[in-house]
Amino acid sequence: MLEDRSSQAAGGDTDASPRRPAGALEAEVLALLQAAEVGLSPGQVQQLIAARQHTELSYSTIVTIMSRLHAKGLLARQRAGRAFVYTPVDEASLAASRMGRALDAGPSHDAVLARFASGLSSRDARLLRQLLAQSESEG
Amino acid sequence: MQFLVFIPLLIPAVAAAAARPLADRLKPRQGTWLLAASAIVLAGCSTAALALLAAWAAAAAPPLAALGDYSETVARRGDPAPILTGIAATVLLVGAAMTTAIAVRRRGRALAESYRRASRLRPGRGRVVIVPSPAIEAYALPGWPGRIVVSTGALAALDTRGRSALLAHERAHLSGQHHMFTTVARLAASLNPLLLPLAHAVEYTTERWADEQAARTTGDRRLVAATIGQIALLATSPPDTTLGISGAPPRRISLAWAGPVPRRVAALLAPPPRRHILLLAATVAILLLAGASALEAAKDLHDLLELARAAG
Repeated sequence: MLEDRSSQAAGGDTDASPRRPAGALEAEVLALLQAAEVGLSPGQVQQLIAARQHTELSYSTIVTIMSRLHAKGLLARQRAGRAFVYTPVDEASLAASRMGRALDAGPSHDAVLARFASGLSSRDARLLRQLLAQSESEG
Repeated sequence: MQFLVFIPLLIPAVAAAAARPLADRLKPRQGTWLLAASAIVLAGCSTAALALLAAWAAAAAPPLAALGDYSETVARRGDPAPILTGIAATVLLVGAAMTTAIAVRRRGRALAESYRRASRLRPGRGRVVIVPSPAIEAYALPGWPGRIVVSTGALAALDTRGRSALLAHERAHLSGQHHMFTTVARLAASLNPLLLPLAHAVEYTTERWADEQAARTTGDRRLVAATIGQIALLATSPPDTTLGISGAPPRRISLAWAGPVPRRVAALLAPPPRRHILLLAATVAILLLAGASALEAAKDLHDLLELARAAG
């Protein structure tokens, strides 16, 4: 079960199909690829969508969507003959990368989570290096 | 009454000065519990003291005194200007209520958001979620269940042992519910800003608590110290990767004004902290003093008002 497929994944989509917003299309293509056992080419994705959704999407639309997903780091691709074959980046990282981006925005989070070790002032950095060097020399 | 009521107002100042020395000396688990409890008790007592002062002034103010059938002269006995103190106390109370309300809302929302995101994540082994990112990031996300978030950058910077130290530390935060302690301390500090050093001390001791737990799990305190150092230096911008012997002549290192990271490392490189029964006892005694004086002051005011009403 994927997380919410809202505009979290989409960033600046301008090329929208007349019927559905581009974000929803991307999510569908992604879901298709995740459900598949193997990587798929755009042509195969086009056929699957036509069979499943009974809608015709043009080949170029599919290619655009999948290249965009690739550019976002959600799909990996390999050349197979003349076209590419796309596979989803592994699921855990998928969820995490979305979360990572979402968490970057939001100062309120600092109130709740404590970083393992955050950046240091120059004085603290010097002090730290001295401490660690001392401990090394004491071995 | 006029002396008693100021004791719970002065003790937070003492606590503010004692917070860091206590945090440095006590065992982290005891320190966390004690400091968080102190924050709650002192916040409660000082707020109660302010309320008493406000109530006393209200009883001594002419229009209000007439309402309550109090004799002003009797109510004013013992303090030449209860009204001014009362007004000051009321102002402080209102300020404290406002900042605390804001803090509760913010903190509540941050926690709710944290729980929400934690539940949406699908972690790998051991509740760990790996974020593909060159940034050096590692933290525990409170939730039900909680998650540990680590960036690929942080993992790449460490070897196998360093990674287990890192994860053990974050797991300790989750299993110990440390965010509860820091939340409570922060809210206490918004009720009484003098308690802010206590809140910082609690944040520090929870880190130390997780450090010591990681040291127990990995069996190597120096490993945890080195891991903290590595991550902190890499997370500093510009990234500082020089970790070797500096070559400079060793000077006396003063931790007096150091930030939490060097102090944590120094504590791990030193022998484990021992029990300080005397310190614990002294702190508890002072907390009892604050509570007792607030209670006595309340009783005194009650008696005074009864007297004033009888004479009014």
